[in-house]
Amino acid sequence: MKVEQKKMQNALMESKDLSVFYGEYEAVKKASIPIYEKTVTAVIGPSGCGKSTFVRSLNRMNELIPGVEVKGEVLYHGDNIYDSKVDPVNLRRRIGMVFQKPNPFPKSISQNVSWGPKINGMTDALDDRVEEALKKAALWDEVKDKLDQNGLSLSGGQQQRLCIARAIAMEPEVILMDEPCSALDPISTGRVEDLLFELKKKYTIVIVTHNMQQAARISDHTAFMYQGDVIEFDETKKIFTRPSKKQTEDYVTGKFG
Amino acid sequence: MTDNHSYWAAIVRRCRNWNRNSRFSEKSVVIFLWLSAMVSILTTLGIVWVLFKESLPFFSEVSLFEYLMGTQWSPLFSPQKFGVLPLICGTFLIAAGAAMVAIPFGVGTAIFLSEYASNRTRDVIKPVMEVLSGIPTVVYGYFALTFITPLLQSVIADVEVFNALSGAIVVGIMTIPMVASLSDDAMRAVPDSLRYAAYALGSTKFETSFKIVFPAALSGVIASMVLAVSRAIGETMAVTLASGATPKLTLNPLESIQTMTAYIVQVSLGDTPQGTIEYQTIFVIGLTLFVITLCMNIVSNKVLDRYKLKYEV
Repeated sequence: MKVEQKKMQNALMESKDLSVFYGEYEAVKKASIPIYEKTVTAVIGPSGCGKSTFVRSLNRMNELIPGVEVKGEVLYHGDNIYDSKVDPVNLRRRIGMVFQKPNPFPKSISQNVSWGPKINGMTDALDDRVEEALKKAALWDEVKDKLDQNGLSLSGGQQQRLCIARAIAMEPEVILMDEPCSALDPISTGRVEDLLFELKKKYTIVIVTHNMQQAARISDHTAFMYQGDVIEFDETKKIFTRPSKKQTEDYVTGKFG
Repeated sequence: MTDNHSYWAAIVRRCRNWNRNSRFSEKSVVIFLWLSAMVSILTTLGIVWVLFKESLPFFSEVSLFEYLMGTQWSPLFSPQKFGVLPLICGTFLIAAGAAMVAIPFGVGTAIFLSEYASNRTRDVIKPVMEVLSGIPTVVYGYFALTFITPLLQSVIADVEVFNALSGAIVVGIMTIPMVASLSDDAMRAVPDSLRYAAYALGSTKFETSFKIVFPAALSGVIASMVLAVSRAIGETMAVTLASGATPKLTLNPLESIQTMTAYIVQVSLGDTPQGTIEYQTIFVIGLTLFVITLCMNIVSNKVLDRYKLKYEV
């Protein structure tokens, strides 16, 4: 019953027949995935299946790579983000992103976090914003005495949480995460996962992951992609217990991938 | 015939063995490489030694204080005056003026090339800049004298035929490619992940280029600036032609001045007899130039260390 209710709910974002080409190569083929508000949507699949390309097309980051062409549409609040009227800069202020490898700016910890609010014109009570974002990213206690230190001086796991804090500080609506734990050790990974449970109370999260256990643990919905196609999209529980497609079952049970 | 053949075979065999005798060839390679390295070190030491040796007698006649603090420089006429300040001042005028031209345009070019230009535009601009830096400096001197100076004279009333401004501009133009190329390299070395991070936070291209990439490349950019100033200080032919040979303690760029390098040219071309104090002055000036450039290198290394940022790759 609950499943039905969720499906009835309108999606915050939705890709419709979204195809992404790198020159001739079609990396994502007519993907249609809904993304529901304040949930975690996981995108899983073997390497090269197009899952990173898919999330990057949700905030138009793909455009930064020369030779990329996008067909189809991505609806956000009902409007197509690929419409010529949409400014990708404004879009990305609403849809934040955390990358595979932590990439803090070579600036101080507080400057890293305040960058988003600053360029966004949210310059009032900047220190409070920084503190709040760092607290939400579960990093505050570790860095509160060294906010002036370079962000690069932190450990890898701390750097990734700094990047999450940096994304949160802008108060986006959606946070896209492209394998945010793949460069982290198990303890840091656990921390980031705990964080996701907290974050989804306030934000809508789309996470690409290689790690099926991680997808099973943290997500509400899961999309399984294979060779550019979205094979199956459903509630995470269903994907991992009784998937409707043979390929999905083979992948989640570890027969390939 | 057979004997001849076996004779050559023996030589070939011996050569092979000689090659195989790896200890010997290893050692000889190391010795050769060591000698190559020594050539430049010994040359440098030799030059410094000559500079000191020829400068010492000068300072037995002129005190160091008089040399460094004197405001008149006229070793070739009587009354002879040996105050180096006018030459340093001339050199400073040229270097400062050149920096004011080369740094904004060079860094601007670098930001354009690394962040804004398409690959096709880059492929055109880069070779053109290399041509610009391949033009002999004496040609730049003529260019300054026959083109820039008349242009300046048509705009500003009291520009002398030989003037510091014209020399500074042309030396600045000369050094643009160096600043642009080195700063471009530094900015392109900034990992793309930083650019993506900035864009993902909703930064504009301008914010990304000027507030993220540029500061991240600052150490390399500063190094290129320091090199440009060093180059301007050492530049000789262009300033000799464009800015004249009038050692003058002035900060007015419209007047004729003389740089330290231009003075060395003047004396070297003249008929100054060896061993005289006039002859020794060029070594003293050379030594002064050497000390100034050395200090600049030391300072720039310190600056580089301070601004150097390390990335996890």
